[in-house]
Amino acid sequence: MAVAVQGMGHSVKRKEDPRFLRGKGNYVDDLKLPGMLYMDILRSPYAHANIKGIDASRALAMPGVLAVVTGKDLDAAGLAWMPTLMSDKQMVLPVDRVVYQAQEVAAVIATERYIAADAITQIDVDYEPLTPVVDPIRALDPSSPLVRPDRENKTNHIWHWEAGDKEATDRLFEQAAVVAKEDIYIPRIHVCSIETCGCVASFDRINGKLTIWMTTQAPHAIRTVFSLVSGIPEHKIRVISPDIGGGFGGKVPVYPGYVIATVASLQTGRPVKWIEDRSENLQADSFARDYHITAELAADADGTMKALRVKTVADHGAFDAAANPSKFPAGLFSICTGSYDMQAAHVEVDGVYTNKPPGGVAYRCSFRVTEAVHAVERMVDSLALKLEMDPAELRLKNFIPPEKFPYKSATGWEYDSGNYPAALHKAMERIGYQDLRREQAEKRARGELMGIGISTFTEIVGAGPSHTFDILGIKMFDSCEIRIHPTGSAIVRIGVQTQGQGHETTFAQIAAEELGLPVANITVEHGDTDTAPYGLGTYASRSTPTAGAATAIAARKIREKGKLLAAHLLEASPDDVEWVDHQFQVKGDPSRAKTMADIAFAAYTNHPQGMEAGLEAVDYYDPPNLTFPFGAYICVVDIDRGTGEVKIRRFLAVDDCGNIINPMIVEGQIHGGLTMGMAPALLEEITYDEAGNIRQGTFMDYLLPTAMETPAWETDKTCTPSPHHPFGAKGVGESATVGAPPAIANAVVDALSHLGVTHMDIPIKPWMVYKVLEEHGLAQP
Amino acid sequence: MIPSAFDYAAPQSLSEAISLLQGNAGQAKVLAGGQSLIPLLKFRLAGPELLVDLRKVPALDHLEERDGHLAIGAMVRESALEHSALIASRYPALLDTSSVVADPLVRNYATVGGNVAHADPANDHPATMLALRATAIANGPNGQRTISIDDFLVDTFETALAPDEVLMELRVPRPAAHSGSAYVKLERKVGDYAIIGVAAQVTLDGEVCAQAGLGLTNAAPRALRPREAETFLVGKRLDEESIRHAAELAASAADPVSDLRGPADYKRAMVRTLTTRALRLAAQRARQA
Repeated sequence: MAVAVQGMGHSVKRKEDPRFLRGKGNYVDDLKLPGMLYMDILRSPYAHANIKGIDASRALAMPGVLAVVTGKDLDAAGLAWMPTLMSDKQMVLPVDRVVYQAQEVAAVIATERYIAADAITQIDVDYEPLTPVVDPIRALDPSSPLVRPDRENKTNHIWHWEAGDKEATDRLFEQAAVVAKEDIYIPRIHVCSIETCGCVASFDRINGKLTIWMTTQAPHAIRTVFSLVSGIPEHKIRVISPDIGGGFGGKVPVYPGYVIATVASLQTGRPVKWIEDRSENLQADSFARDYHITAELAADADGTMKALRVKTVADHGAFDAAANPSKFPAGLFSICTGSYDMQAAHVEVDGVYTNKPPGGVAYRCSFRVTEAVHAVERMVDSLALKLEMDPAELRLKNFIPPEKFPYKSATGWEYDSGNYPAALHKAMERIGYQDLRREQAEKRARGELMGIGISTFTEIVGAGPSHTFDILGIKMFDSCEIRIHPTGSAIVRIGVQTQGQGHETTFAQIAAEELGLPVANITVEHGDTDTAPYGLGTYASRSTPTAGAATAIAARKIREKGKLLAAHLLEASPDDVEWVDHQFQVKGDPSRAKTMADIAFAAYTNHPQGMEAGLEAVDYYDPPNLTFPFGAYICVVDIDRGTGEVKIRRFLAVDDCGNIINPMIVEGQIHGGLTMGMAPALLEEITYDEAGNIRQGTFMDYLLPTAMETPAWETDKTCTPSPHHPFGAKGVGESATVGAPPAIANAVVDALSHLGVTHMDIPIKPWMVYKVLEEHGLAQP
Repeated sequence: MIPSAFDYAAPQSLSEAISLLQGNAGQAKVLAGGQSLIPLLKFRLAGPELLVDLRKVPALDHLEERDGHLAIGAMVRESALEHSALIASRYPALLDTSSVVADPLVRNYATVGGNVAHADPANDHPATMLALRATAIANGPNGQRTISIDDFLVDTFETALAPDEVLMELRVPRPAAHSGSAYVKLERKVGDYAIIGVAAQVTLDGEVCAQAGLGLTNAAPRALRPREAETFLVGKRLDEESIRHAAELAASAADPVSDLRGPADYKRAMVRTLTTRALRLAAQRARQA
């Protein structure tokens, strides 16, 4: 090899880390502009109330307060409401009523952050409390109060969505020897990125250009939406997404604060900064999950799965502001047949309004896949109990066999590749599954409780393809632009937006691999809509499947031209030049070779007459299909009989994401994802009391796990490349978040299954387990 | 997360601190480590006009044995307790406690005195101080006074301190020979307040329990001493049977409320479990002492 390119498969240290580790990251809140103003938002204490009046005179009288923005002000400009990604509309600021606790009511614009914070306490709002709608099931009762009287349909029901074949499914259920059925609630949770949301909106009255530094995962789409909503021409809007301290789906939506700050900057002609408090972020920003599922799994007496039937009520809060592709109100929930070969399936979801914050974001999960995986993986274990069969054996019996790929699922997806038995066998061998089962039997005989839980999940990531997927009509392709400099270094600009995934490193590696340039000589840029090519952003594990592919294809386009240049330099026919070991050489003669650095120099100094100078390419990649990463996770738990605490003794994650760009980054993604997967299984949830008050509104009660709660994760892998991706990769950023919760829940249920327990809703809290122990006389101090 | 405006003073002496408190009757709060007070300010749940920071007041950070007791200056940080050889060798319940208060970062700032004087029934030290039969030394315009821990802890967020009094020191009697102590805490995650916490100290005469002290965290509106359980243990062989019976008595004494940490009956059961475990551990340590 001519140069150390450190392309595919190298654990290159992250290029972005030196600045983060030294505190030199550049986040929105680090930005200070001359004359900058500060915004703070007054929020509703009520979940549901009429607003009879807002008196801001005391606030306006405070020195340093420039303006108080209310819904009436925005309404005059036609901006009191904004569109959501799901064809609904959402209040920016309310004109006459609030529909969830912590909803934005008014905003103060002041010369100092502290003045703004004091001023919001001086705004008098006359509320008339209304009966809140808290329970989504009762919300469907015709007698329920209406959350959204502004809509034409006077009901809290938003939409009905279904997939699969109802008749075939019902028929199989009628004939089935065994049916397992569970009610499964997937709790409302929050992404809790360490950086909260915020922006600096700066409108330049001289040139008429609006620049917004924003914590967004999708800067280009935001620019288009802002242009369409505001009427400002798109070339006069620049969205810059600087360093982002975690997104996890929560930074895909547009929050009212962004719009209010922008309006305030347009009106004052000065930059306006808005940064959320932690509590505001937790209480008001988009939630995730909140699915009330009833699932049934039908099988023959020998354990052959036949069909899956799923009915779900989805609590969307007061506005349907989920972040899904337009045609998928329930995201990709219909992937819920999972890794199993079934004849039929039928999935129904009903979206419901309640007086809770809006959302339904894909929290480190490709559009409702976490919900789907939890449902099916719990159901497999429930079925195993009914059949008195080992859950590993039941899985191995029903996996889609490797030879059936590409596999058309009962709900219409075409799985690209998979080898599920290989992953599960590897996991079982490494963790010593049979020994653990023996240990469990011995312990049970002594009254001690341990459980073994399995999750063999299939993910569905990498949207497009554009014939099926769009966001507000914008097709879900993604892009890359590569420019090679004369001395053999390069800049790679991509349409996706990193929030910690390591794009500056991995995309440099992709380009390095394809171009034969050292990874150190490649700069990756993104996040500035004035310079980066248009793209749909980073979420749903789509960056590598889409923009990663675009990077490889753009590099290959450069290689096409490079080949002509190489032929020119080597005085050979292009047909006699081949790309071997990261350089061009004359076929069969490695002594006659040119590196990409040689080619780059020639492209600017010595290109053949008639050939365009320069060496660059752009690619907008529209994937032919999604990618389907998968994994086999096994969790071992011990139960404290005195307290009901669940202790994770071991957790092994065997992941398969096809060909890997950077093994260290993938491992890091899996470690972080596993902790985020453990969180809703054992700790995190958002609940509301009957008045619609949030009960976990701070980190005192919203139990974000730390390193102390995190067990020592064990990881391993198998490799089944994607057959349609240019370098055989699949997305991986969310596999662990998706796969971990049912492994843990299954382990706890397994520990208690001999006591008749077939299901426990997550998060499984110590008192829930203790109650079971007490009922069976197994509690023991 | 921005507090309302307040004044700040960092007096150089105790008398200066006391006169500042006296001059701002009821409108001033003493700031020690700030790990409970600052969050209350930021949430605007507390809005004192003046913070009197004790950080520059001399002679409040001593941690030593004198005159048959352990003296813990009111400004001694949790981390100092956690890393003290003296505490580790003779006051294991204090080591247990300081190791489970919040998290290591908080413990570098948080003070033992603040933990007790805040009088939050969810704080860990009040229960331990009950079990160890500590006394509090306070100083105010009328001079110094000694208050037993039982009298010091009045109610939720309420102590026997007058608004112009400062907690100076906590005194823990040096344990008799063959004593052992322990603090056991059940929490939802590291850094959380206790679901329930139990402190225990026992002194053995052979296998017989000569003295017993117990304290419960978050089991009632204030840190609770389960007296019947203590009384029952004295004179009994400290075996599994008597420990379990004492734990039952402690559970009966508890008056927990249902909240996000669990239903009341679960918490009561946890008083039973944790009392059992704390007494087992204290007895084991006493035997080794």
